[in-house]
Amino acid sequence: MATAEEIARAADRRDIRNRWYLSAPALLTIFFAAVGPLAIVLVYSFLTPGSYGDVKWQFSPEAWVSVLFERDIFDDTLSLAGAHISIFWRSVKLAIITTLITLALGFPTAYFMATRSEKTRDLWLFLITIPFWTNLLIRTFAVLQIIRNEGIVNTVLMKLGIVSAPIQILYTDVAILIGMAYVYLPLMVLPVYASMEKLDFRLVEAGYDLYASRWQVLRRIIFPLVKPGVIAGSILVFIPAIGAYVTPSVLGGGKNMMLSNLIELQFGQGRNWPLGSALSITVMLIVMVALLVYVRNAGSQEVRHG
Amino acid sequence: MPEQPGKNAIEVRGVRKVFGSGEAAVAALDTVSVSIRENEFFTLLGPSGCGKTTLLRLIAGFDYPSAGEILLYGDDIALLPPFKRPVNTVFQSYALFPHMTVAQNIGFGLEMLRKPKAEVKARVAEMLKLVRMEHLASRRTSQISGGQQQRVALARALAPQPKVLLLDEPLSALDYKLRKEMQIELKRLQNQTGITFIFVTHDQEEALTMSDRIAVMSSGKILQVGSPWDIYDKPADRFVADFIGETNFLTASIAGVENGKARATLKSGATITASVADGFQPKAEATVVVRPEHAKLTKGKAELSGTVENIVYFGTDTHIHVRLDGSNDLFIVRQQNARSAGCGFEAGDKAGIAIGDDAAQVLRD
Repeated sequence: MATAEEIARAADRRDIRNRWYLSAPALLTIFFAAVGPLAIVLVYSFLTPGSYGDVKWQFSPEAWVSVLFERDIFDDTLSLAGAHISIFWRSVKLAIITTLITLALGFPTAYFMATRSEKTRDLWLFLITIPFWTNLLIRTFAVLQIIRNEGIVNTVLMKLGIVSAPIQILYTDVAILIGMAYVYLPLMVLPVYASMEKLDFRLVEAGYDLYASRWQVLRRIIFPLVKPGVIAGSILVFIPAIGAYVTPSVLGGGKNMMLSNLIELQFGQGRNWPLGSALSITVMLIVMVALLVYVRNAGSQEVRHG
Repeated sequence: MPEQPGKNAIEVRGVRKVFGSGEAAVAALDTVSVSIRENEFFTLLGPSGCGKTTLLRLIAGFDYPSAGEILLYGDDIALLPPFKRPVNTVFQSYALFPHMTVAQNIGFGLEMLRKPKAEVKARVAEMLKLVRMEHLASRRTSQISGGQQQRVALARALAPQPKVLLLDEPLSALDYKLRKEMQIELKRLQNQTGITFIFVTHDQEEALTMSDRIAVMSSGKILQVGSPWDIYDKPADRFVADFIGETNFLTASIAGVENGKARATLKSGATITASVADGFQPKAEATVVVRPEHAKLTKGKAELSGTVENIVYFGTDTHIHVRLDGSNDLFIVRQQNARSAGCGFEAGDKAGIAIGDDAAQVLRD
């Protein structure tokens, strides 16, 4: 006969085992979809490139060195890789500007939606999500059609006599920004709207009542209260924007590369998988640092306010 | 009663407010005119949907009237935005800013008026003291109780020294005991600051105990304006009489209206002297009201007679329900209780109801 204590201990053991079984699908997914691939990328970044792509199983820090430096062909001296650094900087800059543009357009949009009657709000929300139904590539080509030299924008401007020759928008940073702002706008609108919808508009009335002008109400009451949504939206836009591939390659042409295009080059024509892996991890690190800085700043501002 | 224009803090003249348009248009306020005197505790009293909050919002500037004028010390403010009116509001929900501390909430209005920092600080300290919240100045508004939030809302609205303070059912979220406390607190604050208070409530007891004057509203109209005593003892029409306190309604024929008095002949044949409401148009039959405590139950013959049907004990007093002879209506008499003595009647007893001179009021409708 088992004692009560033994029965209890067996039940505990069974309980623990059941919990492992139940969480197994989640753990397996996390391992095979996230941790595993990342580990492979990390390992590859420390190997030697093979002649026709792939890798040779031979340790080499060379890929990590070439993330930032160039080795002179003749004397092996290291100098900063200007091309890589300018691509890093361009990517960060374009991602930040995209985030600011989507915020500038998305905030009023979310405010507009949140102040509609409850019935029509769903309709607006529905309209905002419609672009998601279309493939990203097709949407990007649609933007290309609009802004190309023979596109609608230039045709109208020339017909109206505002410009005599088409403005070169396509294959510039402006084209990339227009494309990314358009593609990522819903990612800003939705979280800001979610915060805005919860906003108690009686607080806005209270602000007006206490002599705050419209601008002051926006800055001192609405903005601090929807800041969680703004932070979420900025993160949701910034991360895909810094890693954007389709938009810069279609609208930016070959010469205006962003990080993803550079990485793709290493896995394709460059046949340098370790460098591609090292660059991929670098992107992750940049995003991580950017987020830490951003969230910390946004957080401390709140303390100063409150 | 004609009023001197210079002494009015707020004058509402022929204000209409229509929500919606076309077929769906609803008049929330139907041509309302009222004058609110300086330093007065003025109450807008009425059931929900009567337009009292709409009127308050028009004075605050959250909505604009469809027609009419709102004068603040003689200047028409009806179309000014709320941040340009020297009027502040205490909201029903308090609407405290959750991302600010108690002190920051109180200082917000002064800050928006661009007062110097030292002045804001001094005034916030003064306000915190006024509402006895000094010890909680740096708390978040979510970390204080409902009653304390109420005080902060008051302090925040009083800090910029408004010419008029608007209070939108500020006590309705508090429990009974706290409400009683805050009623006294509000009166104290009004005395201390000397600011004109416009108070909105649906609670007649609150209105009677706190106000200098009351405006009773129903379906977008002001039915009667007067002191609590006027409103209670001399209701002008059926709605006012019915909404405030308990009342017995009797039908009578009216004769000899003179100096606000008339002779009213009741269905029982008895004739009593009654005061007549302002705006009474002479007519053969009118409604007369008698408050339960103004009638007296007697063993012998009196103005009315009936059968005692029900006796309800209330502690301080007893309500005796009497079925009247003839009309078969119920008449309630309230009788003060004495210790260790019954009310002197039992269900089924025949009784007379004495209505003295000046116990009854003739309504205008």
